[in-house]
This record gives sequence, structure tokens and C-alpha cells, in this order.
Amino acid sequence: MSGTGDLPVWAALLTGFFLLLGAAVTLIGSIGLLRLGNFYSRVHAPTLGTTLGMASILIGSALCFSVLEARPVVHEILIAVFVIVTTPVTLMLLVRAALYRDRIEGSSDVPPSDPIEDQIPPGTG
Amino acid sequence: MSALVLSWSILAAQVMLGLAMCCATYRLMIGPRAQDRILALDTLYVNAMLMLLTFGVRVGDTLYFEAALAIGLLGFVATVALAKFLMRGEVIE
Repeated sequence: MSGTGDLPVWAALLTGFFLLLGAAVTLIGSIGLLRLGNFYSRVHAPTLGTTLGMASILIGSALCFSVLEARPVVHEILIAVFVIVTTPVTLMLLVRAALYRDRIEGSSDVPPSDPIEDQIPPGTG
Repeated sequence: MSALVLSWSILAAQVMLGLAMCCATYRLMIGPRAQDRILALDTLYVNAMLMLLTFGVRVGDTLYFEAALAIGLLGFVATVALAKFLMRGEVIE
């Protein structure tokens, strides 16, 4: 375990700044998840953490390890690419499921389904 | 000096991420509906992943990175399976 004590000052300041920024943005997103009014507005809040929060913390981590090991350490890009690709997929699946459930229950705060989009064309059913 | 600044900012970042995980856990408990709980679980996974990365910077060890990657992968699979279950009532048709 090498520890982070032997980082130069500029790298320590930048790493600390990026970690604090990412953690603060993630905290704001989670508070939004707690406080917003209904499900469709709550979906938006945690994406703060999965975009800017994740990116800041990964940049801080990559910077810290690159300086510590005196070579470019970029394996954090794996996590970044993976999260950026998967978050829209999961949230769209989740919101479509929620919309389906609300429409089945006849809830009044979602728009009714589009008859053209949902109609099964004759011959393909 | 630089080690002091870094250790305090890592500590503050960990406290903030812990508060974020508490927010997500509270939403997971109070619901009110199943989709809210799944969204809270997804947020909890992402926050835990970021927390592990912060631990990795504190210790100066890249081992935590692999754990964070595994959490990211499992979180994606779990949320997709749960959303599919809400939509159809079954995960694999």
C-alpha cells in the first residue's frame, strides 16, 4: 500500500477538488430523488450522479493513480463508458414499465396511449 | 500539507456520498410504489460504486476499482431485470 501521501501539491489539490465536486453533485441528485414530487420527475434527479458526479470522481481517481504510478492510468474509462451506455437503457426500460402500469390503472396524470403507436398492424399479430 | 488537504477532502467526499446513500435508502424504504423503489436501488448502486472509487483513492490501491466495476455491471443487470418484471410480470419469457 503506497498511500497518497507522496502526491505533489498540485495533484493533491486537483484530486481533492474533483472528488469533492463529484460527491457534491451526487449528493444533490440523491436529495432530488428524496424530495421531488412524483415518479416521472424523480427519474431525472439521480442522473446528476451518473453523469457529472461519476465523471468527476473518475477524473480525480485517474489523475491520482497516474501521478502516483508515473504512467497514464486510464482504466477508469471502462467504468465511464459502461455507465454512460447503460444508464439511458435502464431508465428508459424503467419509465416504460411505470407508464404501462399507470395506464393499466387508468391514472389521470399520465397521457393516454397513442392509438397509432400501440396498434398491432393486421397480418403481423 | 498536500496529504492533509487530500485526506480531508476525501473524508468530506465520503461523508457526502454516505449521505447520498442514506437518501437513496430512505426512498427505497418509503416507496411509495415499486418503480420508486427500483429507481432508488439503482441510485444506491451508483452511489456505492462512487464510494468504492473514493476508498480506492484514499488507500492508493487500484484493487477497489475492480470492485466498483463489478458493482456497476451487477447494478445494470439488476435494474433491467426488475424493470422487465414490472412490465411483464416475468423476467424471462
